[in-house]
Amino acid sequence: MASRTVPTTQPPAIPAGLAREQLLEIYRYLRLTRTLEERLTALYRQSKVIGGLFRSLGQEGEAVGAAYALERGRNRDVLSPLTRNLGAMLVMGAQPIEILRQYMAKAGGPTQGRDMNIHFNDLELGYLGQISHLGDMIPVMAGITLTFRMRGEPRVGLVYIGDGGMSAGAFHEGINFAAVQRCPLVVIGEYNHWAYSTPPRKQFAVEHLADRVKGYGVAAVTVDGNDVLAVYEATQHAVARARAGQGVHFIEVKTYRRKGHAEHDDQHYVAADELDRWAKENDPIDRFVKQLRQHDWADERDLTDIDAGVRAEIDQATDACVNEPLPPPESALPGVYASPAAAARLWFRSL
Amino acid sequence: MPEVTYLEALRQGLWEEMERDERVFILGEDVGLYGGAFKVTEGFTKRFGEQRVIDTPISEAAIVGAAAGAAHMGMRPVAEMQFIDFISCAYDMLTNYVATARYRAGLATPIVVRGPCGGYVRGGPFHSQNPEAAFLHTPGLKIVYPATARDAKGLIKASIRDDDPVLYLEHKWLYRRIKEQLPEGEDIVTPIGEARLAREGKDLSIVTYGATLWKSLEAAERLEQENGVAAEVLDLRTLLPMDDAAIMRTVKKTNKVLIVHEDTRTGGVAGEIAARINEQAFEWLDAPIMRVTAHDVPLPYAPTLEDFVLPQTEDIVKAARWLAAY
Repeated sequence: MASRTVPTTQPPAIPAGLAREQLLEIYRYLRLTRTLEERLTALYRQSKVIGGLFRSLGQEGEAVGAAYALERGRNRDVLSPLTRNLGAMLVMGAQPIEILRQYMAKAGGPTQGRDMNIHFNDLELGYLGQISHLGDMIPVMAGITLTFRMRGEPRVGLVYIGDGGMSAGAFHEGINFAAVQRCPLVVIGEYNHWAYSTPPRKQFAVEHLADRVKGYGVAAVTVDGNDVLAVYEATQHAVARARAGQGVHFIEVKTYRRKGHAEHDDQHYVAADELDRWAKENDPIDRFVKQLRQHDWADERDLTDIDAGVRAEIDQATDACVNEPLPPPESALPGVYASPAAAARLWFRSL
Repeated sequence: MPEVTYLEALRQGLWEEMERDERVFILGEDVGLYGGAFKVTEGFTKRFGEQRVIDTPISEAAIVGAAAGAAHMGMRPVAEMQFIDFISCAYDMLTNYVATARYRAGLATPIVVRGPCGGYVRGGPFHSQNPEAAFLHTPGLKIVYPATARDAKGLIKASIRDDDPVLYLEHKWLYRRIKEQLPEGEDIVTPIGEARLAREGKDLSIVTYGATLWKSLEAAERLEQENGVAAEVLDLRTLLPMDDAAIMRTVKKTNKVLIVHEDTRTGGVAGEIAARINEQAFEWLDAPIMRVTAHDVPLPYAPTLEDFVLPQTEDIVKAARWLAAY
């Protein structure tokens, strides 16, 4: 190629209009996600994480890459993550200590011990945690983005759905409704090869998730989900179009779930060499680091500094909350209704 | 004062709330230009525009889910189920997502889900249901079921203004059958959670709601004339949260209770009411708590079958006579 013959000491231009600092920020979120989950695994093994632990190992790239394309800040864009989109929540401003407290059911956690893993929200910062019923967040995000459209606000919503969740009826009702209403909604379809233990061939009869949504009149593309910058670029494009009033966009990200459904799942249904191959050849963080080094977009020192900073942050957050108390039993009672009169009519065992 | 039907009263309530608060909007199937299957929203698109009267695909889960999302963002959506029978398609969204939202995540979800309920209209198994028992079991929801034109208006206004999700159950048999004089210009708001004494009496209490309020009043009239029995009739109006105080007041006054509802018996609302009376006013009872309900079958279509399955005035009269004589 001609460009190779041009003598230059400059690294190639960073794609998608990103600045060097932004690449480092993306790297930091990737590292933060993985290190935080590794810490959660340790806490799980110590029985300090109360319920299940859902890892996003191998999928951090698409979670972070997509979320990074949104406008962040107070009352800007809104995303709804799945359990394997911890990275997306961190990008939107969720704090590691909140995640730790939530997983450990601490009284001081974002839901005061009422819900688990990353099921929590900060609508002002722009994230709305899922419920366990897959597909339900698609109609909800349709309603949120419908509101943006009705009010003429230049805001966009983004919602994740898995290759398994796309079989749920609510997904189809929601994306169709959003398409008809031309809601400014971007849907990230995660093809991570496993819905618990069920492979795609038992989940749907087409090759690509993108093919399934084209019938709704939704623009749909498929990208390499473990190429962070490719996911970012595709999402940036979709977000810009959605913001400009061009309706729903779907991005299928091909990736791989390298851990079981949750930590208890030993993945006996997965061929061992398949896990190794994805780990060695197609890890999203390794690939991103390789790009950074290859193109001189980051110094080795930048990366090691970030790694150290992330470790320190998570150590500090863990130390700060690991011994905090669980919620007192009676705190289970309030908050079912907004109106005090209705709350007073609920039946509670005599205390 | 103009005389308005139950349906017109509901329509007025919706209209006035949309005039009052620009955050209020309607979504549902055929609610726009067509005006809804029963014409509840007729003329709304012309006044408020397509943005605030949204025709949706046949997707109840999406209707309720989108309403929830909009409510999180500060809107006040009113979702119509074309027939309430179809609310089962949104059961997950209502019970798992909407009802738990405040408790589990501090999310405000002030939505109203409303739709035509009930039988006596030859609607068959899928256009006649009463879904209240399926939702009574869900903390976080409120359920109102107006029986009068005044409450049709007052409860839709209260539901829209309420900060909690409300199921507003309206009875299609009452739509054009009952009329009431309602003053123009009065902001009629029926408080959620308050029953209404529809008829005073001293010999026994009939606790009911919805269309069977009218059957119960008819029965009370006959009991008075034919047997000299003075039946008190309590219209619950709100099922969740239930007005225990009003129920116990009438129980303690008459000492005999007949609970009447149109829905089937097993696992129905009457069982819950009976349990509450046992817990809170057992010593005041002079007779077993009795129930008049539909037979435990899906509601059939043929007039002979439907009339047989649904509770009729005669069934109430018979049960009340037995109770009065106990």
